[in-house]
Amino acid sequence: MKLVTAIIKPFKLEEVKEALTGIGITGLTVSEASGYGRQRGHVEVYRGAEYTVDLVPKVRVEVLADDDIVDRVVDTIANAARTDRIGDGKVWVTTVDRIVRVRTGEQGPEAI
Amino acid sequence: MDQINTGDTAWVLISGALVMLMTPGLALFYGGMVRAKSALNMLMMSFTALGIVTIVWITIGYTLAFGTDSAGGFIGDLKQIGLVDTLDQTVGAPGHKIPMLAFVMFQLTFAVVTTALLSGAIADRTKFSAWIVFVIAWSLLVYVPAAHWAFSFDGGQGGWIGDRLGALDFAGGTAVEINSGASALALALVVGKRIGFRKDPMRPHNLPLVLLGAGLLWFGWLGFNAGSALAANGTAAVAMINTQIAAATGALAWIVYEKAKDGKATTLGIASGAVAGAVAITPACGFVTPLGALAIGLLAGVICAWAVSQKYRLGFDDSLDVVGVHGVGGVVGMIAIGFVAAIVANPAGANGLFYGGGFSLLGKQLIACIGMAVFAFVATWIIATVITKTMGFRADPEDEIAGLDTTQHAESAYDLAGVAGGGLVGGSHPLSSLRRHHDEEN
Repeated sequence: MKLVTAIIKPFKLEEVKEALTGIGITGLTVSEASGYGRQRGHVEVYRGAEYTVDLVPKVRVEVLADDDIVDRVVDTIANAARTDRIGDGKVWVTTVDRIVRVRTGEQGPEAI
Repeated sequence: MDQINTGDTAWVLISGALVMLMTPGLALFYGGMVRAKSALNMLMMSFTALGIVTIVWITIGYTLAFGTDSAGGFIGDLKQIGLVDTLDQTVGAPGHKIPMLAFVMFQLTFAVVTTALLSGAIADRTKFSAWIVFVIAWSLLVYVPAAHWAFSFDGGQGGWIGDRLGALDFAGGTAVEINSGASALALALVVGKRIGFRKDPMRPHNLPLVLLGAGLLWFGWLGFNAGSALAANGTAAVAMINTQIAAATGALAWIVYEKAKDGKATTLGIASGAVAGAVAITPACGFVTPLGALAIGLLAGVICAWAVSQKYRLGFDDSLDVVGVHGVGGVVGMIAIGFVAAIVANPAGANGLFYGGGFSLLGKQLIACIGMAVFAFVATWIIATVITKTMGFRADPEDEIAGLDTTQHAESAYDLAGVAGGGLVGGSHPLSSLRRHHDEEN
């Protein structure tokens, strides 16, 4: 069992969701995030005073997936989120030890 | 009561209401410009001015400002303390009499908004109690004399700027704009910089609020300037169209300037420019032609846009640019009168240098600017220093860092943070028990 975490551009969220639905993913968690990578931030000017805004708004998508489908999930997200411009984000995979579905108490792959 | 002119009275009453709205407008204009953690404190500073200055004005302020001159053009008398002896009185020229209380109300709103303006110089860092004391002291000791100087007319026996010197100031370039600008400079210097000034990002937290506030200011300003004719007449119409023209050209000039200098036209720029244009036309609106107003607005937009950046070079934290917009804009308007005032716009006015009026008007305008600025700076410096040395003006550094909203008022401006803010928390009762309760009721 794996946790796929993706940091993507906010406006790409709809496409990523659609693509994941297309490969049979039934649930995911989305949260707002901010940060920077090699792109760094941008400069804003207020009454002539410059402010460097380092942290860029991003969306974090988290998907639990079984081992046999995890690579497809990663590729699907990466393809859907890509604009070929700097700041497209990252996708990574971590191993998950245990999963419980809160309502039913199901465990492991059944709970995904 | 003498026979009043109902048209004039109606216009001055409406203008009083228009100018009253400028202070809530200013609250939003300023409130959007500060950081979210102190937005309510910023709004509160303007709203407390509405409360406090109203009381100061009707008890003792009005009579000292507009009572019969008792000290060579510097202050009025105390005969109308508590507004006694005003209820059946009128003011105005023959044929244009209005109830004195309409005039009291109109001038009251000027006192309120001018005092509230100063909050912009010390945003995000003062104790609320210190602001309250400052508002009482400043409105009485600085605004009231300034209003007397500029606005009290008594056939040459009134205030020294308007009535005796004969400088032209239609609606308050001295008593409102230069006064607030010079006072703001003193206040910012005595109170000191915000913690993290020039290091932390202190960008405006809500620009739509700033624009809403600027819109309300613009709207109210039409009453501020055209109402200052104290009559529903041609001069009021000249003042209103000139105010509209200068606010418009000020707004455009500011964004052209910043587009050329910084690369982008901004919403904060267009809001600031509209205010700068309105500031500069305030003394001039009843004395210049529409084309004169156009020039004054353009000039103010560019000069004020340049002026606001100078605080970083000079190292004082006039947080929301009261000096750069009101002080500088007021001087631009007062000096411009010396050049472009025209009798054709107002027979009661004068001709400036460009209309063959010579240098004497320009000289009077300069004296008025300097006199007002020096008095306001020194008097405000003393008041602010006394407050600093006694009760303290600054909030605790920890409170300032945490934000004044929670530490001074025990409130937060926004509850948008979901779990952290509390907007989504609560209602944790099991649904099953709610259903049971519902069933039992039926």
